[in-house]
Amino acid sequence: MTGPSSGAGAVTRRPSRLPSPLFVLRKCGAALLMLAFVVVVNFFLFRVLPGDPAKVFAPRGRNADPEALRELRERLGLNDHWTVAFGKYVKSVLSGDLGVSFSQHAKVTDVIMDRLWPTVLLSGTALVIAAVLGVWLGARAGWRRGSRFDKLSSNAAVTFYSMPEWLLGLVLLVFLNRYGIFPTRGMNDPRSTLPAWLDVLWHMVLPVTVLAVVYVAEYSLIMRSSILDERRADYLTTARAKGLRDDLVMRRHAMPNALLPSMTLFFLSMGFVVAGAITVETVFSWPGLGRLTYDALRGPDIPLLQGLFLVFSAGVIIMNLVADLLMPVLDPRVRAA
Amino acid sequence: MNGEQRDPQAGTVDGPGAARVPRPRTAGGTGLLQIRDLRVSYRDRGVPLPAVRGVDLTLAAGETLGLAGESGCGKSTLAGALLRLLPGNAEVSGEILLNGSDVLKMSWGRLRAVRWNEASIVFQGAMHALNPVRSIGRQIAEAIVLHAPKSSAATARKQVGELLEQVGVPAWRAESYPHELSGGQKQRVMIAMALACSPQLIIADEPTTALDVMVQAQVLTLLKQLVQERGVGLILISHDLSVLASTCDRVAVMYAGRIVEQGPGHRLFADAAHPYAQALAAAFPVIGDMASRRAPRGLPGDPPDPRELGGGCAFAPRCPVAVAECVEYDIRLRTVDTERSAACVHVGVPA
Repeated sequence: MTGPSSGAGAVTRRPSRLPSPLFVLRKCGAALLMLAFVVVVNFFLFRVLPGDPAKVFAPRGRNADPEALRELRERLGLNDHWTVAFGKYVKSVLSGDLGVSFSQHAKVTDVIMDRLWPTVLLSGTALVIAAVLGVWLGARAGWRRGSRFDKLSSNAAVTFYSMPEWLLGLVLLVFLNRYGIFPTRGMNDPRSTLPAWLDVLWHMVLPVTVLAVVYVAEYSLIMRSSILDERRADYLTTARAKGLRDDLVMRRHAMPNALLPSMTLFFLSMGFVVAGAITVETVFSWPGLGRLTYDALRGPDIPLLQGLFLVFSAGVIIMNLVADLLMPVLDPRVRAA
Repeated sequence: MNGEQRDPQAGTVDGPGAARVPRPRTAGGTGLLQIRDLRVSYRDRGVPLPAVRGVDLTLAAGETLGLAGESGCGKSTLAGALLRLLPGNAEVSGEILLNGSDVLKMSWGRLRAVRWNEASIVFQGAMHALNPVRSIGRQIAEAIVLHAPKSSAATARKQVGELLEQVGVPAWRAESYPHELSGGQKQRVMIAMALACSPQLIIADEPTTALDVMVQAQVLTLLKQLVQERGVGLILISHDLSVLASTCDRVAVMYAGRIVEQGPGHRLFADAAHPYAQALAAAFPVIGDMASRRAPRGLPGDPPDPRELGGGCAFAPRCPVAVAECVEYDIRLRTVDTERSAACVHVGVPA
């Protein structure tokens, strides 16, 4: 009943902004289950890859003598029956050991950790810049639909969105190499006189620009369409009727609603940040996980690939979990569901 | 462009501080609201579609005016025009004098100060008129702080609690979100929000349409009570003539963008002069009246397409008592008796 007495006795039932513990537990459980599934698939996926790692990694390559190859296979565990290998694999994964890389003769965890930071730095920076810029551009374009700003930014977004990132990278590389303002290879330069962090920043400019330009299009298009969806909403008329300035109507009322799809996209992309951008890292010789994957695939360096895929999947699963847990905080309607 | 009318000064001028203006209290004779020859047409691919075609209305403080008519007759357009809330393709002309100053000629800054502070709206369908991701308390407090920037967060919160209690919603509900409330509660919250800045004029656009009969009665009682206690002027818009007849001092019936009959609520329902008002009244059976129950009359046909309005009376094609004159001449309001007027050839003399 909605009568004046409806609140009596219910005073304690205050709505909470936080998701319930059960909800959190359920989401975490689902994430763990997914990770376990990935571990299993990961093992079999690389068993069926063509190529003989022993031949690739033997000291004399394909011309190695058969005796040495057999010995190598034995040492790499390639002769084990798959059930034995699977048991060993699961046991070591659970203890945090991802094995030894065929090609780099180092522990997979170490190899990956070395490359993780540059990738997160590159893709993460590009993603944050793209999200902030894209949301701003898209919101502004959608709010003033049909304006010159809208036409310009929407057309640019579609153009960049449809352009492969390596192409943009190569174009920048070819043009800017001529002037030599920004470095185009690697993450740092041992001959540089700059402080280390500034040198890294300097090297980041081009690859981050390429990635950000490609990502920004996605965000601005999504944000534009969600603002367009909200633009005619009744609650915006209410906000205007209250006497709010147009920009406040957008910032305080339209944005919080229109941001939700972009937030989902952001967390999904965050999951892929660790996977890096294989093409951009290759074009700019960036020492990240993307390029490591590219190199590992040529082996195939099975333990390394398994490790990489596990890390990539974990990244996506964890970020999805974060998104799931954060959504109820951002959208009260999800909390009720 | 089909968005809301843009505020060309958005972001450049005054913060919320400028929203404070001295509020002229209504002087005795002039009335709170005077609408003179209000016309609104929507431009659709260059063709103007008239939605309101010359409306004159007055409202004094403490008075309740009902606005009735079918969907599409221009009621909501009229309401939106009062605070210039219509989409950008709407062309508005005429005069809307609120406390003596013309809303249509105000600067954007002045208009923003007038909005909600002098006149507020209880919107149709409160489900969508409240922002789904902000708590209702914040939405009400926003209006308070905007028009009285000196009020602290604490006083605003206290005021929100009082407003909610006043409309029969427990104060702790301030932290709730719209989806956590029932339809009736949402409508009450809308009313509380409309009262937040103690405006002199409240426009209630179909405040009870989506509600069940019990809740509808509660909301109407609440509105009536507020008019009595606070002496605000209320414009109550509804398609339900029986609701208006029981709530309003005066009722105006609209058809095709014009007022076709105006008079005291109870009389309009009981013996309307204009055939359209008669049909509208007859569409609602009177409880306890067996005759009306056995013969509830509907009205065949739909309101005219604004593109096809000719020179004659807009109601003529559906009118059971139309004569040749109706198609030829545009009939304006005529005096029926001292308190009523109707736009029909069959009544009285031209006003």
